[in-house]
Amino acid sequence: MNEIHNTPIDLTTQAVGITATLKVENAGSDLVSEVLLAFPDDQAKHLAYLTATNNEGKGKAKSSSVSFPVDVVRPKGMPPSLTFYSVSLPKGLGKGDSLTLDVLAVFAHALQPFPERISQADIQLVVFYETAHYLSPYAVKVQSLSVKLPDARIESFSKIENTKIHGSEIKYGPYENLPPFSYSPIAVHFEANQPFAIAQQLIREIEISHWGNVQVTEHYNLVHEGAQSKGEFSRLDYQARPHVRGASAIRHLVAKLPPRAHSIYYRDEIGNISTSKLWGDPKKTELVIEPRYPMFGGWRTAFTIGYGLPLQDFLFHLEGKRCLNISFGSPINELVVDTLIVKVVLPEGSTDISVSAPFPVKQGQETKFSHLDVVGRPVIVLEKTNVVPEHNQHFQVYYKFSSLSMFREPLMLISGFFFLFVACIIYMHADLSISKSSPSYLAKLQWDEVQAGVQQVRNIFDRCLTAHDKLEASLRDLSRTGDVQACKASWKAVDNLLKDLSKDLKPLLVSLQSSPQAAQILPKVEELIAKERELQEKLMVKHSTVVDSYEKKLSGREIENRVALQQQKITALRQEVDDLLDFIDEI
Amino acid sequence: MQRVPSYISRSVAGSYDNEAVAIFALIFTFYLYIKTLNTGSLFYATLNAISYFYMVCSWGGYTFIINLIPMHVLLCIVTGRYSSRLYIAYAPLVVLGTLLASLVPVVGFNAVMTSEHFASFLVFIIIHVVALVYYIKGILSPKMFKVAVTFVVSIGLVVCGAALAVLIALVASSPTKGWSGRSLSLLDPTYASKYIPIIASVSEHQPPTWPSYFMDINVLAFLVPAGIIACFLPLSDASSFVILYIVTSVYFSGVMVRLMLVLAPAACIMSGIALSAAFDVFTRSIKFQLPGATENFERDAGETSSNSVVAQNDVAKTEKNEDAVKERPSKKNRKKEKENVEKPSVKSQIKKKLLILPLEASIIAIFLLVLLGAFYVVHCVWAAAEAYSAPSIVLTSHSHDGLHVFDDFREAYAWLSHNTEVDDKVASWWDYGYQTTAMANRTVIVDNNTWNNTHIATVGTAMSSPEKAAWEIFNSLDVKYVLVVFGGLVGYPSDDINKFLWMVRIGGGVFPHIKEPDYLRDGQYRIDSQATPTMLNCLMYKLSYYRFVETDGKAFDRVRRTEIGKKYFKLTHFEEVFTTHHWMVRIYKLKPLKNRIRGRAKKSKSKASSTTSTKRIGMKKKNPWH
Repeated sequence: MNEIHNTPIDLTTQAVGITATLKVENAGSDLVSEVLLAFPDDQAKHLAYLTATNNEGKGKAKSSSVSFPVDVVRPKGMPPSLTFYSVSLPKGLGKGDSLTLDVLAVFAHALQPFPERISQADIQLVVFYETAHYLSPYAVKVQSLSVKLPDARIESFSKIENTKIHGSEIKYGPYENLPPFSYSPIAVHFEANQPFAIAQQLIREIEISHWGNVQVTEHYNLVHEGAQSKGEFSRLDYQARPHVRGASAIRHLVAKLPPRAHSIYYRDEIGNISTSKLWGDPKKTELVIEPRYPMFGGWRTAFTIGYGLPLQDFLFHLEGKRCLNISFGSPINELVVDTLIVKVVLPEGSTDISVSAPFPVKQGQETKFSHLDVVGRPVIVLEKTNVVPEHNQHFQVYYKFSSLSMFREPLMLISGFFFLFVACIIYMHADLSISKSSPSYLAKLQWDEVQAGVQQVRNIFDRCLTAHDKLEASLRDLSRTGDVQACKASWKAVDNLLKDLSKDLKPLLVSLQSSPQAAQILPKVEELIAKERELQEKLMVKHSTVVDSYEKKLSGREIENRVALQQQKITALRQEVDDLLDFIDEI
Repeated sequence: MQRVPSYISRSVAGSYDNEAVAIFALIFTFYLYIKTLNTGSLFYATLNAISYFYMVCSWGGYTFIINLIPMHVLLCIVTGRYSSRLYIAYAPLVVLGTLLASLVPVVGFNAVMTSEHFASFLVFIIIHVVALVYYIKGILSPKMFKVAVTFVVSIGLVVCGAALAVLIALVASSPTKGWSGRSLSLLDPTYASKYIPIIASVSEHQPPTWPSYFMDINVLAFLVPAGIIACFLPLSDASSFVILYIVTSVYFSGVMVRLMLVLAPAACIMSGIALSAAFDVFTRSIKFQLPGATENFERDAGETSSNSVVAQNDVAKTEKNEDAVKERPSKKNRKKEKENVEKPSVKSQIKKKLLILPLEASIIAIFLLVLLGAFYVVHCVWAAAEAYSAPSIVLTSHSHDGLHVFDDFREAYAWLSHNTEVDDKVASWWDYGYQTTAMANRTVIVDNNTWNNTHIATVGTAMSSPEKAAWEIFNSLDVKYVLVVFGGLVGYPSDDINKFLWMVRIGGGVFPHIKEPDYLRDGQYRIDSQATPTMLNCLMYKLSYYRFVETDGKAFDRVRRTEIGKKYFKLTHFEEVFTTHHWMVRIYKLKPLKNRIRGRAKKSKSKASSTTSTKRIGMKKKNPWH
């Protein structure tokens, strides 16, 4: 036995919400511990969401209400084309006791477009079927029904007794003393230009990185399930009179993302979609996305949105476990999802995984391999059909994860590179030749020696030549400053240096002579030494003559005359030496 | 080279091409060729043939290699630079390269049949003859040699004459004289527009303009002549090859914009040589100017050398490689020449002395060169960012209120991919073929790789026919949707109306009833009220301007800057199914034939039924389970 106050039906959005306030009274003598709710099968298959909460009078806040567990049951002796849900009451109702229940049932796909195909210029009309009498296995004392429509343009509605219309609201009832299973079908045919955005499939992938990020990627497969569009699509009409031609088209969708969402993207398989806007404030982030094209009835699209969230907002520590607390449904407003698959990718090495969801979902588990994964990451797969915005509640994933595992991948990389370099070092230092006594190996060793020797010779010559240059420079200084003493001093220094160098050269030359490999180079080197010696002598002579003439205070021209011949020879010699050096370089 | 804009132009997303790969293969082949030439090693010769194979696999431009290398070989022989190294560099390449090339399906027997390859075989024969002559010269005494020469030459002339006659007869028997159209259009720039409109219709195949040269190679354009001079200073086999390369590529790039791509690496090498020669001179003069202060000098030299290294890095990456390659051999050659001939070396030494510049001047010059390089880098980055990174598929315009994005192409392709049947066929001009296939995932009639000229001509004919004839053509091709690109509303110049004349020409090339003069008024292409009736009635015109007049009341086309000729018309065989936000892409559906006949009779019925239908709802009230 129950008594119904009021049943408002909200038809303003595509997800039809029916809130029934039931005052249940036990007229029998037994203790009643459950209340049965009945829906016809064709409605029950669209039923997306059903809750029963305890409504304790109007004065108290709704937050204090407790929701009761609801289960599908198949009681015996009931009509076959009905689906029953039982609300279990925490404590049984005794004889004469009463209880007020708020039952919220949300249906997806309950509004049917009629006509089913419209042209761009037509308005979209939908039909909604219901029963004016609340369908119940119990006898109903008083009952009324009100249907709230998006606007006052109503094509037609069933008129039965006690029907009233107030603007956009139609009221049926009150009806009194109805027997069980009383049924009075009504149909409302009205204009509904709100878009019927349905995601046929939505895959939400939530990937946790303990480096501080929760990455959410959502793949939408969207379809406009309003009246199918037929005939031409004229962009001209659409642009000229957007609210008349194409009133029911989906222009944009609004996604309410959690606060502090970052790196948000909106793309599809052919790249970024540039028509999106983003607002952010400390309370929420709002993303307005426009599909690539305005979506008319029957048109489809697919896109992906993704965003990163700060880890500390969603991950908590609970008794040695970690708990991810994140919303289940899609962030897009007023979107009905046919199949929602939520994948939670936990970090590699997570154990003891458990999920708690506020409503029944199908659970599965798989493994995902990402960069540098060895055993793969555990993935929790939650699947649910017929998801309406009411499902946008938080669910929890509990797991155990050691903080040290976080460092596994960086360490893997570091050690990888480390071993690579070590291997390189070992390779560079190891002598990998097979036979140490083979002639080619010995020849190579000798050749290396010769090359080293030649390099040393070459260095010595370089120093010789710079010494020569110094000598020249001192002469230039002399001509500028006339400081004979300084010039002499530098001459001394250079002379000593050259002597030292020639001393250094001797052992090298001996070693070169001893080596058979150096046979080709040796004459060149010897020639070089001879030439260099000559050059050296010439330079010394030149230097002394210049210094002498300065001491004798000869005029600049005279000095030049005296030196000119020597200078020529020096230049020629210098060139030869340079050539020889170049040649040795080639080797 | 990575920074050279013309190279970047080929590797941007959207028009990514195998040509980017091919250029690497091209340069690598040349590098190996020169390497072989310098070392005379069979190992490198084999590698060379393999990289040639790589090139053949990647791009049709391999004919450039197979013609350029024989040219260089011939040049070497004529200038008396024949050596066994040249033989080793060339012979294996021809034999192995041709064998490998014929393994590639697209090339197949073309590798021996077409005239593009004859040059290489001819030179192959010549090099053998020359090699034989050198060999005989080596074993015979000079007197005997003379006798032999007269003998061989007389016989050789006869044989050559006979062979040539056979060859000419063979070649002349084929219509295009054995040359493919593409090569012919290269050799004779006017060829394509005369015979094969489809080749000429591609904007990439048009001759480039001067600005595009500057845009693409920038500073390099000025450095190339300097590089050529630098190459002549010690003319070696390698440098002569580089000169030949730059000269031919300049010519080719002058014929087609697309071949700017071939020019780019050549220009890089050249300017690299020029720059390194310049740095060489400057640093040497600085070195010479500062002999007194050794420490200073050493530091200075270090700086300058690091400068030059940096600059080289900046200018181009390969340049460094190429420089290293080219400088080393040329130095080697220089040395060898010096050894052989003492006098020139003295001369060059004197020259070296003469090249010394004042200290300040050389420092400033180095600074300026570095600055030049830096500016070049800036330009390249700019060009890469602005001119070439903008994909042709997403257009942007800067207006007073910021950046405006025209994403119409993707809008249309996304619509096609989501809202049409999977096996629907889409007809459009071939330019959009690849994009439609890739982005909309629909079968197209012609795309960018359609080789069958008749196929393209059929689509061209349909576009230039009146509506009914076009519908029949498209219907016979099982086409469901026709896509046209229209820029008249926003002023996007490369739309189908501007390409339309090519469709007419190509279509007319195969189907003679399409005549170009029918679409031109006094030889002028116009779409305003002076346009010919054929033009105003063709499908392309109708699909582009359908209901266009209703946008502004005048039907002013912003691309052609004129009002269109015929403003009010209806489509009978096509219906508009989608038009993008800026009207850039318009998609039409072919109306099915059946409905068109029955349509009139059914109209009244359907109206009646729709009025009654609402009433019927009340009837449906029925308790579903009683």
